[in-house]
Amino acid sequence: MHETDMTKALIITVRDWWASQPERPEVSKIHLIVGQFTCVEPASLQFAFEVQTRGTFLAGAELVIQETPLIAFCQACASEYRPEIGLHYACPSCHAPMDDIRSGRELKIDRIEYGKTPCIKPLTKP
Amino acid sequence: MHQTFDEALGINLLHANQEGADHNRAHFDEWDITCLNIMSSPGAGKTALLEKTLAALSPELNIAVIEGDMTTELDADRLRQYGVPVIAINTGRSCHLDARMVAGGIHQLKHQHNPANFDLVLVENVGNLVCPAEFEVGEHGKVALLSVTEGEDKPLKYPVMFREADVLLITKTDLAPYLDVDLNQIVANARQINPQVKIIPVSAKTGEGLAVWFDWIRAAVGKTSPQLVSSAEGA
Ligand SMILES: [Zn+2]
Repeated sequence: MHETDMTKALIITVRDWWASQPERPEVSKIHLIVGQFTCVEPASLQFAFEVQTRGTFLAGAELVIQETPLIAFCQACASEYRPEIGLHYACPSCHAPMDDIRSGRELKIDRIEYGKTPCIKPLTKP
Repeated sequence: MHQTFDEALGINLLHANQEGADHNRAHFDEWDITCLNIMSSPGAGKTALLEKTLAALSPELNIAVIEGDMTTELDADRLRQYGVPVIAINTGRSCHLDARMVAGGIHQLKHQHNPANFDLVLVENVGNLVCPAEFEVGEHGKVALLSVTEGEDKPLKYPVMFREADVLLITKTDLAPYLDVDLNQIVANARQINPQVKIIPVSAKTGEGLAVWFDWIRAAVGKTSPQLVSSAEGA
């Protein structure tokens, strides 16, 4: 369950940002970008996030995960294609191996939505 | 009116681990050490391969092992008989090593030995094909092991690790004749995902391919010692 570690990293990053804000705003949404060619399972990440933020300044904040598809680029065909994860990765036209990956490796905190109402919840679990 | 605001962060989720890995690597570079991260599913033969590697290379290279997949203290003892320091890391319930855990191992190594005496640090990661690939520990190269008993589909099903690997050792090739497995198919599947990976079929039992693997390590160790090369040239 490495999603636990990913969530920990996520919370620490958001907490650093939050602590740097003068008015300690209430975070409503955290937008993540998670590529399909990573080891992260969005459902597990959602679950871990909910469990680990209980009773913290992020309690009730929504985690919005945008998945990006695996897109490869074939040099020989000079075109993009979508490999079928688990089955097939080579170029469907010329069968060249998957070399350039254009999308699908992302694991990123994209942006945070927040209100100006000051947050009075504790920084960490009591 | 409740106004909402938006702030773009664009920070990698693994940013902190990446920084830790870079820090570890800076230490290795300072001591002129090559670090290899060895990954596989459980039972692919990491310990057997390490034993053969230490037996063959410990007379010519100063090696240390950071052990993150110790099922028993016996495994560490098996490796220690080659006169090599084996630092066992307590991974708790974690399914992978991360940069912080390996930093702890480096700290122990520094405490007990003069790190500048070492040429090579072999990190044996937790037996798991999914997670270790995403967590760098400060290595200069990633080594993936796949045993012929795991079947041809493994690279397709667990692509990230095979994509990230610099070298893929297909282990237990001595068993291939007894199994309904096509070695060429394993190679072709791995190549689809990673055309650059160096693939070496090996058997710790018969010794097949081990010489090629040892040469790969020798080359890797030589490559990351630029100071030695430049000082020799300058002399
Ligand atoms: Zn093509």
